[in-house]
Amino acid sequence: MKNILLIGWRTLTRPSGYYSLGALVIGGFIAGIIFWGGFNTALEVTNTEKFCISCHEMENNVYEELKTTIHFTNRSGVRATCPDCHVPHNWTDKIARKMKASKEVWGAIFGTINTREKFLVQRKRLAQHEWERLKANDSLECRNCHNFDYMDFTEQSERAAYQHSTALASGEKTCIDCHKGIAHELPDMKGVEGW
Amino acid sequence: MKKINLAVIASLLMLAIAPMMFSLNASAADKNTVNSLATLRDSTPIDRQKEPNSIPKVVNKDIKQGRNYPMQPPVIPHTTRSYEVNLNNNKCMSCHSRHRTEKSQAPMVSVTHYMDRDGNFLADVSPRRYFCNQCHITQLDAEPLVENTFTDMHSLMKEKTATTEQH
Repeated sequence: MKNILLIGWRTLTRPSGYYSLGALVIGGFIAGIIFWGGFNTALEVTNTEKFCISCHEMENNVYEELKTTIHFTNRSGVRATCPDCHVPHNWTDKIARKMKASKEVWGAIFGTINTREKFLVQRKRLAQHEWERLKANDSLECRNCHNFDYMDFTEQSERAAYQHSTALASGEKTCIDCHKGIAHELPDMKGVEGW
Repeated sequence: MKKINLAVIASLLMLAIAPMMFSLNASAADKNTVNSLATLRDSTPIDRQKEPNSIPKVVNKDIKQGRNYPMQPPVIPHTTRSYEVNLNNNKCMSCHSRHRTEKSQAPMVSVTHYMDRDGNFLADVSPRRYFCNQCHITQLDAEPLVENTFTDMHSLMKEKTATTEQH
């Protein structure tokens, strides 16, 4: 075993004796394209709703709840899918989120929330993770579609216009502070600010 | 003898025709009464499906509406779409409860909501008054399906004093 590793290391550290520099550079370039392309494709596949709800934990709980909300069906037919709100669009943030999400693979394998009852017990903790994330990034995933600069207060109801033009405009509050539970059912809100 | 025969034939004929006439009348009457009751179906035959009416919009003006009688639960002047009122939360109370009204400037639920049925005041909304939309409802921008002749006590009293003053 040690010998095999040693041979491998020597091959890597010694200059190439048989292949031209051109072949190595071009070969490396092509291999790089294939590797990066494959990586990106795999990443995009895990960033689709179909992938998310391939786990019954997601399909039977959160996806079912989303179906009744305005983010699933509405007058203009614009739809938010799971990654639109739960995965940052920015590359570095996205990779960070994806690495964190590897914990979810663990959960899926060992059935952390594989029944409705288990899910309901964990719901508050899970919801709080999302609220914290959105609070920390100033509701970035909301703002990917709902741009404050283009909000027409005259089209909003009086109450909404008032809150948006004061608390939201001044940056005192962010979307998630008031709009909790807009896409999924709420956990027990005892002790949550504003309830 | 012949006359009796004729009479028998005539009465038999009557007996045969009467139910037919009756059934004709009855079906016509049925149609009228059935259709006058089935207001939502607009005289659509029973074996057919009516084109559904468009769903009216919820009034969202935030302006208090009058009450028709003193004990009437006030109606909700705003939309309550996806407001959860269940075991876990009561979305209404995040504006209308005592400790939230200062921030929200919404009317506080009346003190009777904090009383149990023996009249004792509780720290929070009484369980029997917890489900807001059992009594309070949003209003739709729609014509009433049936005429309503309700007259409130005030106008009745006004009328009465007016007539007594005349005499």
